[in-house]
Amino acid sequence: MSKTDLNSPYQKPNSFQNRRTFLQKSTLAAMSIVLGADIVHAATMPRDYIPVMLPANFNPMKGKSEGMIIRNEKPWNVEPTPHLLNDAVTPFASIFIRNNGLIPEDIDVNSWTLTIGGESVSKEKTYTLNELKKKFKPYTYQLVLECGGNGRAGFYPPASGNQWEEGAVYCSEWTGIRLKDVLADVGIKSDAVYIGYYGKDKHLNGDPNKVVISRGAPMAKALEDETLLAFQLNGKDIPLTHGYPLRLVCGGWPASVSGKWLHKIVVRNKVHDGEKMMGDAYRVPKYPVAPGDKVPEEDMKIIESMPVKSLITYPKSGAMFDKSKKLTVQGHAWAGDLEVREMQVTTDFGATWQKCNLKKPANRLAWQQWSIDLSFPQAGYYEVWAKATDAQGISQPMVIPGWNPKGYLNNACHRIAVKVS
Amino acid sequence: MNKLPDNKHSPSQKENLQFFDSLFKSVAGLVGIVMLVVGVVLLVVFQPEISALQSTDPSEISSQLPESKTQSTDQIVDGKDVETGLIAGEGLEIVKGSCTVCHSSALILQNRFTREGWHSKILWMQETQGLWDLGENESKILDYLAENYAPGESNGRRTPLTGIEWYELKD
Repeated sequence: MSKTDLNSPYQKPNSFQNRRTFLQKSTLAAMSIVLGADIVHAATMPRDYIPVMLPANFNPMKGKSEGMIIRNEKPWNVEPTPHLLNDAVTPFASIFIRNNGLIPEDIDVNSWTLTIGGESVSKEKTYTLNELKKKFKPYTYQLVLECGGNGRAGFYPPASGNQWEEGAVYCSEWTGIRLKDVLADVGIKSDAVYIGYYGKDKHLNGDPNKVVISRGAPMAKALEDETLLAFQLNGKDIPLTHGYPLRLVCGGWPASVSGKWLHKIVVRNKVHDGEKMMGDAYRVPKYPVAPGDKVPEEDMKIIESMPVKSLITYPKSGAMFDKSKKLTVQGHAWAGDLEVREMQVTTDFGATWQKCNLKKPANRLAWQQWSIDLSFPQAGYYEVWAKATDAQGISQPMVIPGWNPKGYLNNACHRIAVKVS
Repeated sequence: MNKLPDNKHSPSQKENLQFFDSLFKSVAGLVGIVMLVVGVVLLVVFQPEISALQSTDPSEISSQLPESKTQSTDQIVDGKDVETGLIAGEGLEIVKGSCTVCHSSALILQNRFTREGWHSKILWMQETQGLWDLGENESKILDYLAENYAPGESNGRRTPLTGIEWYELKD
């Protein structure tokens, strides 16, 4: 909200897409005639059926909440405003969309396989999706996935990338099998250091051999109970946008570790050096730097557990109400690999803080619900600021935290505006 | 395809259905032929752009762009290019031809850098993303970006909240 001009989703008629849609339709007509099968078969074609030889006109916004902000549509990057995230378990409709490349639209679930390879496996092994589901025990966890760049819009000088505000985070329920069970079945060598993933997304420049993103995690994180090879989100097949039919899910770490459209995992004898593991991608300086500083590559470190953070999801910013009313404020708090210990809000810009009710997480790495009833001393304009403190006593800063070249890890307090009359 | 007839009808409607079915077939056939003709015309019109998008050879893309540009209409409304939302200005055509081939203009619209900052983005795209050598266009692109998409002033570590949509809180 602080950079409305900069971030307002530009509204434009997408003439290119219209052209493409039209071309697709005319191709359908042309195809029917060329094939000799008259167009009339269209009349008996199942609703929404698209002939195999035509690319599906996939729209990632279908089924998403009203009010989602499109940051970019090539590649697709979309975030909800905070009040859309009020549910304890985030529904599909309000999950942010983050892509480095193009969403693969040609998924064949029946022939889908997962290969476990790399220097540090005893022997490379490939499983079909069905084998994975049958052979290994399923587990279900609520896991927080937050984009490393969530809050980037708050940094100055501006950091490059999608200018996320608060919404690139969610906590949904994932069902899948434990990565550690599969790795045990494959057999990993004692020199294993890191895992890396490969997915089926496609590079923007059209080169089919170019990997879009291939990140990973150290063995300790990979072998945690909650690190899943997931095939369900909120009890249903994972939606295509979010990684159908198989996704690596590592809660509490930058969401880019949770590789979508997963088809290969490599167990490495060194830190994985895949696309977006190097340079300044998902890395921050090893030491505090001045805003705008150039930081040598060797002085950058990979982001691991995300920092403590919270959101006010009710009420939506802008609420006006009478002084006689007690205002219920609620939201979520999370802290990467840690639990949140305390939750506070202030209505006087930090001069005094009030302690909120805070629930325990549904499971490790799930976000926690908090709430408080507030009364206001007199009519006027107020801001409610929310601050979480993690199990180690680390709190969210009220100002924007230390600047870094790519604008990661902005965990500054979230705030809303209210007017009391 | 949303207007396709529903297949679940009662038997009494069957005759009617058959009549409408054949009527639909004939009409659809005619529509099909018309659409084919229009489709072919449009294909011819947009051919350069389509082949440029499908091509994987960067040099081929760049060599084809000037042709497609001469045929596209670049409508400017309120000082902005309607197709991309980019600010109208010297170098807009080259920016459209070089940048939005691969990615959305939104990547430019939501970022703010100095000339040097934009240059480092170009270098990064060339080193890692397969962007071709921009030749003499590079400085024109940088001029455009630095002029139109430069960082604003800093307003401190938390700016006043803006764009608040006030509403009456019910219950």
